[in-house]
Amino acid sequence: MSALVELDSVTVILGGARVADCVTLSVRSGEIVALLGPNGAGKTTLLRVAQGLQDHQRGSVKLGGEAPRLLSARERALRAAYLPQRPQAVWPVSVEALAALGRYAHGAAPERLGPRDRAAVDAAIEACALTPLRKRRMDEISGGERARAHLARALAQQAPLLALDEPTAGLDPAQALGVAEIFRKHAEAGGGVLFSTHDIALAARVAHRVTLLSYGRIVAAGAPEAALSEAALTEAYGRKGRLVRVEGALTAVFE
Amino acid sequence: MRLSLALTALSLCALFAALWLGPAPIADPFAGDVRTHTIVWEVRFPRALTAWLVGAALGLSGAALQGLLRNPLADSGVLGLSGFAALGAVIAFAFGFAAFAPIAALLFALAAAMLVTVLGWRARGPASLVLIGVGLSSLSGGLIALALNLAPNPGALADLVNWTLGSVEGRSLNDVALVGGLLALGAVLVAFAARGLQALTLGEEAAAAIGADLGRTRVLVVLGAAACTGGATAVAGVIGFVGIAAPHLVRAIAGHDPARLLLPSALAGGALLVCADIAVRLLPTDAELKLGVAAALIGGPVFALIAARLAGRGGDA
Repeated sequence: MSALVELDSVTVILGGARVADCVTLSVRSGEIVALLGPNGAGKTTLLRVAQGLQDHQRGSVKLGGEAPRLLSARERALRAAYLPQRPQAVWPVSVEALAALGRYAHGAAPERLGPRDRAAVDAAIEACALTPLRKRRMDEISGGERARAHLARALAQQAPLLALDEPTAGLDPAQALGVAEIFRKHAEAGGGVLFSTHDIALAARVAHRVTLLSYGRIVAAGAPEAALSEAALTEAYGRKGRLVRVEGALTAVFE
Repeated sequence: MRLSLALTALSLCALFAALWLGPAPIADPFAGDVRTHTIVWEVRFPRALTAWLVGAALGLSGAALQGLLRNPLADSGVLGLSGFAALGAVIAFAFGFAAFAPIAALLFALAAAMLVTVLGWRARGPASLVLIGVGLSSLSGGLIALALNLAPNPGALADLVNWTLGSVEGRSLNDVALVGGLLALGAVLVAFAARGLQALTLGEEAAAAIGADLGRTRVLVVLGAAACTGGATAVAGVIGFVGIAAPHLVRAIAGHDPARLLLPSALAGGALLVCADIAVRLLPTDAELKLGVAAALIGGPVFALIAARLAGRGGDA
């Protein structure tokens, strides 16, 4: 089974700085992979490269087996659903109209949804616990609800890969765990998830593998408990930290 | 859809009223005598139809530009497209190529649309985009003055200045055909961009990520807005604010989806301008008030209101 996304020795130079330096990572069907690292470590850049939204200078990128820059926007959207770090709703459309934009690559528009589109949108809204709010306008709901509406848009796309940039930023702990649940279901159904986060505990809990970055380089990669060693955390974040187990769940503690 | 039907009905009512109402009293616009026939079908009908088509073209290009630039303050007038179109027409008139005025208006509107899209694509917030438009508008004003200065035939100058103020007085069926044809062309181009405009609700990056071809959307809207503005300006001079007011009024009923605003905005723009033109004709002023002036008197405050509301939200569209 080929990888949903595969970055091989990818280097990205932006404004003279190496924001990604020889990074190799992949997400296979059924896998959840977390990108960790301090601000500016290159997490967003890697997600954008994977989606073909950002050029790379060296290395190779494969999205569903092909170079994303050679695919049309539509073909990319059918292979990966991308959620930017600060998702926008420029116009205050309804929650369901926003989620329905995820069906764009399937040829549907919010006012013209086929039965399959409608089912996908309904399922995405349900998964994000937004059913009671689906008719509400994006400027009438809370920040956490907005974040979930954008996640619902990405889910409605029904792409094999979810490439999500800090999908749990601004969510309370219970909602963040709800998102983790969504990831698990997506992976169990044969999809893959690549997401960036500052929530090390969440990553350790939900991800099969983590990639810890610092200054564009991989500091450690692998299963969370093995990869997030004291040395790796300290090197990446510049502050002495370690993973501890509290009542069965892993969390990171920094001095 | 219901809104579009209602606006179509409103447009038809306004057009009928425009045939009936005017400085010369007419009891029955469908009476058979020569005087009535001349006034109604040779003067009022082409004038009213021109007003509707110009309003529709400006309303449509306003709605499309607002969707593309994700900014409720965008329209052909504010962004300088109308000013540039007028500049093109003035140059053609002033230098004795009156026959090429529509083409010149079209090309200059296109140049302005491309400029504003390139400069405004990365504009942060609505204010900076409006500033770009202000710059282009002032530039076109200055260049119009320059063209008039250099014109070999000063006799026509007063007429030209008058023309740039915007009016549909004395327009013929030829004018109707010109603006109608360009509106139809613009409408087709913009219709193909509708889904892309919808995708842009998510912002540029996410729109590309859901599969929208933004380059295509940009080209279609720029060409469509230029066709609409070029046609409207070539026929009627500069008429501002219809492109802002129409989508703004329609949003209150139809919601904010940019694709679903296009048709109602065109219909509302048409109805709006026919009504404004009736008002201009009925007002008992010595010289008839210019339609462009009337539009600015109504539209200016609307513009200020939207801008103030946006500023109240922290300047973010």
